Amino acid sequence: MEIPKSFLGYKRENGRAGTRNHVIILPVDDISNACAEAVSNNIKGTIALPHSYGRLQFGADLELHFRTMIGTGSNPNVAAVIVIGIEPKWTKKIVDGIAKTGKPVEGFHIERTGDIGTVMKASKKAQEFVMWASEKQREECPISDLWISVKCGESDTTSGLASNPTVGNLMDKLEPLGVHLCFGETSELTGAENVCATRGATKEASDKFMKTWNAYNDFILKEATDDLSESQPTAGNIAGGLTTIEEKAFGNFQKIGNCKFVDVLEPAEEPKKGKGLYFMDTSSAAAECVTLQAAAGFNIHLFPTGQGNIVGNPIEPVVKLTANPLTVKGMGEHIDCDVSKILSREMNLSEAGDRLIETTLRVANGRLTCAEALGHKEFVMTKLYRSA
Amino acid sequence: MATEIIIHDQKDNVGVVVIEKINPKQECNCWIMENDGSTNIQSMDEIPLGHKIAMIDLKEGDTILKYGHDIGKVVKSIKKGEHVHVHNVKTKKW
Repeated sequence: MEIPKSFLGYKRENGRAGTRNHVIILPVDDISNACAEAVSNNIKGTIALPHSYGRLQFGADLELHFRTMIGTGSNPNVAAVIVIGIEPKWTKKIVDGIAKTGKPVEGFHIERTGDIGTVMKASKKAQEFVMWASEKQREECPISDLWISVKCGESDTTSGLASNPTVGNLMDKLEPLGVHLCFGETSELTGAENVCATRGATKEASDKFMKTWNAYNDFILKEATDDLSESQPTAGNIAGGLTTIEEKAFGNFQKIGNCKFVDVLEPAEEPKKGKGLYFMDTSSAAAECVTLQAAAGFNIHLFPTGQGNIVGNPIEPVVKLTANPLTVKGMGEHIDCDVSKILSREMNLSEAGDRLIETTLRVANGRLTCAEALGHKEFVMTKLYRSA
Repeated sequence: MATEIIIHDQKDNVGVVVIEKINPKQECNCWIMENDGSTNIQSMDEIPLGHKIAMIDLKEGDTILKYGHDIGKVVKSIKKGEHVHVHNVKTKKW
């Protein structure tokens, strides 16, 4: 298949391109959710991103909070942002961070004004932003403007046999075209960590990966009360035939094809070393991982599933594929790309990779994903430890 | 020819069922992905889609190989053709 050299995206002020054109209402903290949701109720075409944190956090955990907030607002799939927090200082910090992209952003704080006054002021600005954004047109953008993140979920053995290698085949074909790629799931590489480390493009990248994996593994060993057999593999994984974390890890690892990773990113950290594949230190929980990758600037997500994970994200479209014919049959409304014919050998991996590239480009051009049509907007912040 | 079982790597001692289920005493065709090879096996158990079958006899302490890599240890001996899963294999991690 001849791979198209371009897609239709929204060009942003900082030179990036979006596959979507959202106006978001971003609460800084848990107690500002009500206000943010009221604004998005008032002003049609905006999305509120409620979440559970943002108070009394400190140290690396607070840094991650700000990085996720600022990164989410800065994502090229977002045209403009309203930030609402209880206090002025943290609100302003997030507004200033997002403003560096050049996109419209305005902050409101609730103290001294209350919810109702804040909702009124923020709604007026949100209306202005959404009407401005509605005139933005899709334009031809080079395929290298795609930043593709990947994460698998509710995996089974069909994931490792077929849907994850399909993603790997797409990576092998798109990497030479200059796209950015990202995989994560630190804990779910357990068992395949030494093999994964050999995929560092440099010794530095390999060493950084092992350091990251060891830190995560030490934390898991410290917190685990027994073994992790209740959590890893999950009950869904086991029902699908996955027996051990090692088996899950080698299946997971198929997603990167033959690519080598150029750097290891902190959670929600924006890649800085140019095109190519990056590993990000993330949780293996679907919504947490996708939220972190979206905050790092990735504008389209590929999600292979076995038993049928249904996750979505409010700003980064999540394209789902499966090779499990029972999942296609039972919950087809969640599957954007069916590669189950690999198992019956009626489709080879390269054909499946081509089909996934076609689906990815259609979604990049504006076709809704199943998760978008079904209203999945899971926005889940990662919290590193207890608050002060 | 229909394929009932796929094996990732020639070194693997397990295969994966890729049809809805296989029945006891069923003669199964196996496709080896790595080298496009084939083999066959008679199943001993009913094994559902996505679950593993032992390609050889395995005893306690043996290593299960899939993708050509170590994915865990045998904790209860397994005969060729039997279902391989959490009742007879455990992780070596955690």
